[in-house]
Amino acid sequence: MTEAVIIGVGLHPFGRFAGKPALDMGADAVRLAMADAGVNWPQIQGGYIGSYEVANPDAIVGRLGLTGVPLRGVFNGCATAGTAIALAARAIETGEHDLTIAIGLDKHPRGAFAADPSVAGIPSWYGQTGLFLTTHFFGMKINRYMHDHGISHETLARVASKNFRNAAGNEKAWRRTPLSPEEVLASPVLNYPLRQFMYCGPNEGAAAVVMCRADQAHKYTSTPVRVRATALRSRRLGAFEVQSPSFPVGEPVESPTVDAFRAAYELAGIGPEDVDVAQLQDTDAGSEIIHMAESGLCKDGEQERLIAEGATEIGGRLPVNTDGGLLGNGEPIGASGLRQIHEIVLQLRGTAGTRQIPGTPRVGFTHLYGAPGASAVTILST
Amino acid sequence: MTITQKSVAEGLFTWPADPSSPPRLIGSECADCGLVSFPAAPDCVRCASTESKERLLSDHGTLWTYTTQNFRPPSPPYDGPVAFEPYTVGYIELPGELLVEARLTEPDPDRLRIGQDMRLTLVPYTVLDDGTEVMTFAFAPADFVAVEEETS
Repeated sequence: MTEAVIIGVGLHPFGRFAGKPALDMGADAVRLAMADAGVNWPQIQGGYIGSYEVANPDAIVGRLGLTGVPLRGVFNGCATAGTAIALAARAIETGEHDLTIAIGLDKHPRGAFAADPSVAGIPSWYGQTGLFLTTHFFGMKINRYMHDHGISHETLARVASKNFRNAAGNEKAWRRTPLSPEEVLASPVLNYPLRQFMYCGPNEGAAAVVMCRADQAHKYTSTPVRVRATALRSRRLGAFEVQSPSFPVGEPVESPTVDAFRAAYELAGIGPEDVDVAQLQDTDAGSEIIHMAESGLCKDGEQERLIAEGATEIGGRLPVNTDGGLLGNGEPIGASGLRQIHEIVLQLRGTAGTRQIPGTPRVGFTHLYGAPGASAVTILST
Repeated sequence: MTITQKSVAEGLFTWPADPSSPPRLIGSECADCGLVSFPAAPDCVRCASTESKERLLSDHGTLWTYTTQNFRPPSPPYDGPVAFEPYTVGYIELPGELLVEARLTEPDPDRLRIGQDMRLTLVPYTVLDDGTEVMTFAFAPADFVAVEEETS
């Protein structure tokens, strides 16, 4: 099977852009990615495009050129962009296209997401009585995890502080004001034990990734980044997942994040010990801590020491969310995972500027987790 | 004066409840593999059977985890009072049955503890303009005094 390689990445800043439609942000990201790859729109043979707010994001061809290119809309909750990149890579791997694109764009209104529970297959009373909030799950999951594995409130605050510090050095990030752990701990509790500055917020942005067949990469770039594996998993019975009115008692079942990483490592022939830089879904500070273990980067409970030692900092042994993650960038759902890919590509090329991790990184991964229990992993290497 | 009450939904818990018939959550049990579900589900997510029977769930269990809700949830779907009072939610493990998510009656997280005994109750989570209380299920610490002594 032919391997897919990334030859261009483009990122529209994440934040608030009054008056600028999501499609325009997406078109900007596509143009940046094409310029990075040295290709033009008529060369693109097909692609996948994800958005939550834009009903038909393939309308982006009206901004880029009506070439007849097949663009397929994808949506998979917070795993949307992971799905777009996986399908675009698959189109190369199976020989359907030689040159393809993954695009993500979104423009969310301010505040927490609101939805009718019925769209998630959940009865009305769950929303009416105030149970239908994703933030509850994150609060409850980390509360139990802290109880079981000895994670402190200070460690939650250190994670948030680290991501805001990384975002401060990222000109395309949204939240660029550094906050000390003490300032994070002084912010109001939203869902115990999680505080205001421990949560990411919905916002706006776009990103795009151009890929081609590995055997043609030399035509475009001297620094292709290989797509070693993509994996997507949904929840299994017994796992504790978001938006669950109940779940079975019995043998604990691992989360879709564990399942997706296991599949991706096997496909790639790469283990967590080989990973130089990581992008983990940090919907909240607790999620980053839990996902460190669920991705195999460490054992449950080791985070307390690793984070205190600075292991997940840019100069540390296991740099996580070097561009500020979701906490620093916010979450335009359709674009978020491609923003992660953008950062890993820069790190593996050695062009991440002040955020560049030391040494010669060879392997990085990206990870998304979202409702109602879906996880997407992409493993990249030089 | 009699306060009028109504349930937030049919088929969620036994209703009306009174001292001679305390409330129970209405779940279901798969006729083929025995998987217990709440709310009651006609289809089994373990064995894909479409045959199930009603099962009243245990009215007590232990607190598996919890969190607080310190801001008013987006409305709709939330239809609680406009004057917002923070509340708590958690998962209660009903032994041998399932873990169920519910509101908790104790609003102070410092007075909750993972593993503590909890008992089912009904609470008015909002009041309609005509004074009718809309009732939903919640879990209350079963023996709070004992918990305080143990943790102090």
